[in-house]
Amino acid sequence: MRVLAAILLCVTLALPAWAVNPDEILKDPVLEARARALSTELRCLVCQNQSIDDSDAPLAKDLRILLRERLQAGDSDSQVISYLVDRYGEFILLKPYFGRHTLLLWLLPFVLLGVGIVIVVMGRRRSQRVAVQDGLSAEENERLKTLLD
Amino acid sequence: MIAEFGHFALILALTCALLQSLLPLYGAHRNDGSYMRVAEPAALMQFAMVGLAFAALTHAFIVSDFSLKVVWANSHSAKPMIYKISGVWGNHEGSMLLWVLILALFGSCVAAFGTNLPRDLRARVLSVQGMVGVAFLLFIILTSNPFERLSPAPFEGRGLNPILQDPALAIHPPLLYMGYVGLSVAFSFAVAALLSGRVDAAWARWVRPWTLAAWMFLTAGIAMGSWWAYYELGWGGWWFWDPVENASFMPWLVATALLHSAIVVARRGALKIWTLLLSIIAFSLSLLGTFLVRSGVLTSVHSFASDPERGVFILLILCLFIGGSLALFAWRAPSLKAGGLFAPISRETSLVLNNLLLSTAAIAVLTGTLYPLVLEAVGGAKISVGPPYFNLTFGIIILPLLVLVPFGPMLSWKRADLYAASQRLLVAAILALIAIAFSWYAMYGGPVLAAFGIGIGVWLIGGAISELAWRAKVQDRDFKLAWLRLKGLPRSAFGTTLAHAGLGIAVLGIVGVTAWRAEVVAVMKPGDVQQVAGLSVKLMGEAPRTGPNYRDMVGTFEISETGGPVTNVVEATKRVYFPSRQPTSEVAILTYMSGDLYVVMGDEAKGGRTVRVYFNPLIPFIWLGTFIMFLGGLISLTDRRYRVGAPKRAAAKPVKA
Repeated sequence: MRVLAAILLCVTLALPAWAVNPDEILKDPVLEARARALSTELRCLVCQNQSIDDSDAPLAKDLRILLRERLQAGDSDSQVISYLVDRYGEFILLKPYFGRHTLLLWLLPFVLLGVGIVIVVMGRRRSQRVAVQDGLSAEENERLKTLLD
Repeated sequence: MIAEFGHFALILALTCALLQSLLPLYGAHRNDGSYMRVAEPAALMQFAMVGLAFAALTHAFIVSDFSLKVVWANSHSAKPMIYKISGVWGNHEGSMLLWVLILALFGSCVAAFGTNLPRDLRARVLSVQGMVGVAFLLFIILTSNPFERLSPAPFEGRGLNPILQDPALAIHPPLLYMGYVGLSVAFSFAVAALLSGRVDAAWARWVRPWTLAAWMFLTAGIAMGSWWAYYELGWGGWWFWDPVENASFMPWLVATALLHSAIVVARRGALKIWTLLLSIIAFSLSLLGTFLVRSGVLTSVHSFASDPERGVFILLILCLFIGGSLALFAWRAPSLKAGGLFAPISRETSLVLNNLLLSTAAIAVLTGTLYPLVLEAVGGAKISVGPPYFNLTFGIIILPLLVLVPFGPMLSWKRADLYAASQRLLVAAILALIAIAFSWYAMYGGPVLAAFGIGIGVWLIGGAISELAWRAKVQDRDFKLAWLRLKGLPRSAFGTTLAHAGLGIAVLGIVGVTAWRAEVVAVMKPGDVQQVAGLSVKLMGEAPRTGPNYRDMVGTFEISETGGPVTNVVEATKRVYFPSRQPTSEVAILTYMSGDLYVVMGDEAKGGRTVRVYFNPLIPFIWLGTFIMFLGGLISLTDRRYRVGAPKRAAAKPVKA
């Protein structure tokens, strides 16, 4: 019951989440939520592998502030992104654009999944054609025995 | 003197490894027992020699012998003893020595416990183990000698990276390496099988315990690393899709696939070729991980030292082993006879699907990890691939797998009845629907997908338990008999159930913390209260404190359920280490049934101190779940049928050259 109570409390009282510093937080909760969502997709350029949302590097702070300034100026999410990409290059995006240069990145896993499925299906067909059923193996007999016992 | 002794032992180990890799292979080729018998003593001797070298290095760290370059660069006389010892592998040279030590340990285990293996198979397996040993011993001796001296010897060392000064360092790398390097045994078995041209059910049973052991350690090592990051890095994340994490996650995915495909080979004789390939790929990914971390191609907390010369050397090792084994595979695999027919709906098909999805998931992780490097190397744009990419692609691939997991064990071999299997899962499905409805209702307004995530977690747990219940024939309503049947089930059945249920529990944790995490960031003065998830956090005060090699600013917080009495007092710390002046934060974590309260001391700010308070719902389930998966592996390992010394029957068959 305690678990339920705590989960319920955690829902009802959950405040809009922020990991930024208090002085950066925007007054408008809708804008702030958008800023948070955007900042998890932007790389802190001087860090090893952190988004500007996670990093406490000064550059990340500057970027968080810049991002919020653009949002306050009325930019849409995609306008903010393209503004930052123009300034800092695509390196800043943790989720790269889908384009010719990232075709393989985005498609390779799924293409290979498709290839895998085709191979499995083809392999089945072939093995059905080729293989000859030659009775039960010793192991199968053994398994049959354990099943019958 | 002891250091020189260690250096000498290392060179002797190289000699042993050379003998171990050449003579038994020749013996197996000529079917000459006297050559093959060299394998075991050589493997044991190699382990003893690497062990001596490791002991010598440990001694140097314990007595703070700063005339050794490694000790000087990574230790400090004021460091607590546990970090002096764990500091042995908290640096490049020492961690490579640990790598080789564990490699030699596995080799000597095969030599000591593999007495039931056919003579020639054992000789070949040990020979391949020896080759890996030669490569990495050469790497250590030529590019990363831990016994290099400094003259004149400095008076004081430079200290260990503060992030690494944690009890977890004592356990995390050894566990992870046991996993990484343990996969070398599966690799050696695969190469030996390709050399001899024989793969059968017995082979799969011999490989299985080694793969299972490696998988368990890898699981525990990854979970441990994730937990360490969670409490040490101080922003409450637990998985970052960091390239180094990926480097350990890819072998885990493939090892998981391998565990499942080896079952098919052992039971049905099908998927032989694929299983060989997986064994090769699993260890290749371990090598790739070692290369990525050690070469400095990637920058991360894990790459203590990076050096292009080392990178090139490891790249050579990588090409030699991956290229060599794949070439051997391409040459010999077509001659292996495929076996085991099965219908489209069968246990075999479900395991094929499992393998397909796990391998594709590994490919997604691999693509995302290497793509920026490759694109830049071919002169393309400099791009980043981060968590949003991995969450999306990995998520799409792994989701169907999670839904399908409970079906697998319910299907029978060869030909199964999907309808009957679904009926057996009815209870689990109903429970999952209730969980979805409940979390939808309870978390109204939260992310919709999260409710389904919780449903999947419950589905996995329910499905795992249903399987056990079905095997015990609980549905016959004769519970006494069912209990007896349950007790009579093979241990591997419990292993499966635990591993799958553990996965479900981990999924609950992952979904919970991802979807419903609550955070408050505020500037607090003593006496201020912040509320998060129904808990009140009151800052009582701050006080400085001095440790052996650091200085703390300790914040004391009173925790209560909002409106209730104080239940806990916790301390969160902002810490600065002496030699390096590097700041870290020691977070306060209070674990409730429903999740973790996580309090972090930030920097001083105008009018007080920045304090971050998080509530991470269900997050302990992630580690609880992975621990249960580990236990599942352990229980499965003790199964009579798969125990290392078990399949005597098969071993007794006459061995043909």
